[in-house]
Amino acid sequence: MDATPRYNEKVVRQFTLVTVFWGIIGMAVGVLIAAQLLFPSLNFDVPWLTYSRLRPLHTNAVIFAFGGSGLFATSYYVVQRTCHTGLFGDRFKLAAFTFWGWQAVIVGAVITLPMGLTQSKEYAELIWPLDILIAVVWVVYAIVFFGTIVKRKAKHIYVANWFFGAYVLTVALLHIINSIQIPTSWTHSYPVYSGAVDAMVQWWYGHNAVGFFLTAGFLGMMYYFVPKQAERPIYSYRLSVVHFWALISIYMWAGPHHLHYTSLPEWAQSLGMAFSLILLAPSWGGMINGIMTLSGAWHKLRDDPIIRFLIVSLSFYGMATFEGPMMSIKTVNALSHYTDWTIGHVHAGALGWVAFITIGSLYALIPRLYGKTQMYSVKAISLHFWVATIGVVLYIAAMWISGVMQGLMWRASNPDGTLTYSFIQALQATYPYYAVRLLGGILFLAGMVIMAWNTWRTISGPRPVAQTAAATA
Amino acid sequence: MTVGTLMGIVTLVFFVMFLGIVVWAYSSRRRADFDEASRLPLNDIGDDRQHGERRS
Repeated sequence: MDATPRYNEKVVRQFTLVTVFWGIIGMAVGVLIAAQLLFPSLNFDVPWLTYSRLRPLHTNAVIFAFGGSGLFATSYYVVQRTCHTGLFGDRFKLAAFTFWGWQAVIVGAVITLPMGLTQSKEYAELIWPLDILIAVVWVVYAIVFFGTIVKRKAKHIYVANWFFGAYVLTVALLHIINSIQIPTSWTHSYPVYSGAVDAMVQWWYGHNAVGFFLTAGFLGMMYYFVPKQAERPIYSYRLSVVHFWALISIYMWAGPHHLHYTSLPEWAQSLGMAFSLILLAPSWGGMINGIMTLSGAWHKLRDDPIIRFLIVSLSFYGMATFEGPMMSIKTVNALSHYTDWTIGHVHAGALGWVAFITIGSLYALIPRLYGKTQMYSVKAISLHFWVATIGVVLYIAAMWISGVMQGLMWRASNPDGTLTYSFIQALQATYPYYAVRLLGGILFLAGMVIMAWNTWRTISGPRPVAQTAAATA
Repeated sequence: MTVGTLMGIVTLVFFVMFLGIVVWAYSSRRRADFDEASRLPLNDIGDDRQHGERRS
């Protein structure tokens, strides 16, 4: 084999460890606010701990701190390994800058959001100075990533890099356009858009954050770590090319389904619904491609808990991308919107797909980064898998039931046209499901704590190489 | 020409481009290149795990 290129693994290790750390922080905040919905007094009458301030902290922490750091780690690892070259710009410490810059953004979010400083745009709450820092970090990220592809030693650009590339490029575009603001002070600003245009730009951003941050990026992860862990090439490379182009061209237009029955023009709503329905095809293309990679080696699903994480994540991806198009149908949306069903759908994607694929990929990655043949405890991975799976299932099932129930109770009317139920009656009926959701969240968080312990033991413990030679047999 | 017609034509152009991508991806001439590309994650230079196996 050729000489090993000078890979930058330091930045990958850093991003990997903070992924686990921010995962625990973000999910712990999620557990707290889930408990607050059940026991409102848990905000202790402290303004910094109110639901309204912690909810954006939860979403920012799990999406951008946990998910974002996971994407930085895996994209930097994958682009180097599949291009057979080190990261571009290491002489100027560009990758290191993205690490410290991204951590600074997260710390900024942890400080400003509980203070109540917000732009009030969902998933784009951070105030304008932080927005500028994000933009700078992201542009440097793009330079490092695409620079590495340009100087590659391998002939082809592996498909995972296409997905990572689409994610890096599009997130830059989305973030910059949605964040154009006119500052009135260091902590306050007004968007340049107004009214229905502002709403449309916001959900063009919001849904493409789902499409390119939470989907394309993690598909990049999938396209490397599923073949790697299964030790066989992806099921169909042709399918990956076709579903890549279909996915990125269709996602762009699905945003209006967040604005059904609002003042957005009717044609834009219908367009959003039509594109959302078409999205099912490329989404399932990716799911089928990933799962079928195991074709002929299904026993690995039983033997290897990492494969289990990866493949179950694809199953949740398939479920969530079936549910999403269904919920974008206007008549279904009339029932589902503003209810807990949406929360359930988001968490099927966020916990079942995004977190599972990240966790599985990190379990494959961590031993490689620290010169070990496998994680300290494979049994703990298996335990993590089952605890997390039960957690997700409890969470989603609770939110499905409470969401559909809320939708039905809110729309029920008496023969004389008055509403059958008051809002408080619907709220009371959801209480038991909030308890089940809290339990699901606690289980998922517990799984992350197991992962942190396993990671710590893996990187700290001296483990003789010979002892685990049979691990890959 | 109205904006609507222009948008319709653009949509059509993109659709034809997509069909082109499908034909391109599924043409038998791509097979060798795609096979080679799909092995990139497996032919990893300097994988610590492979080093570990060799050492043991």
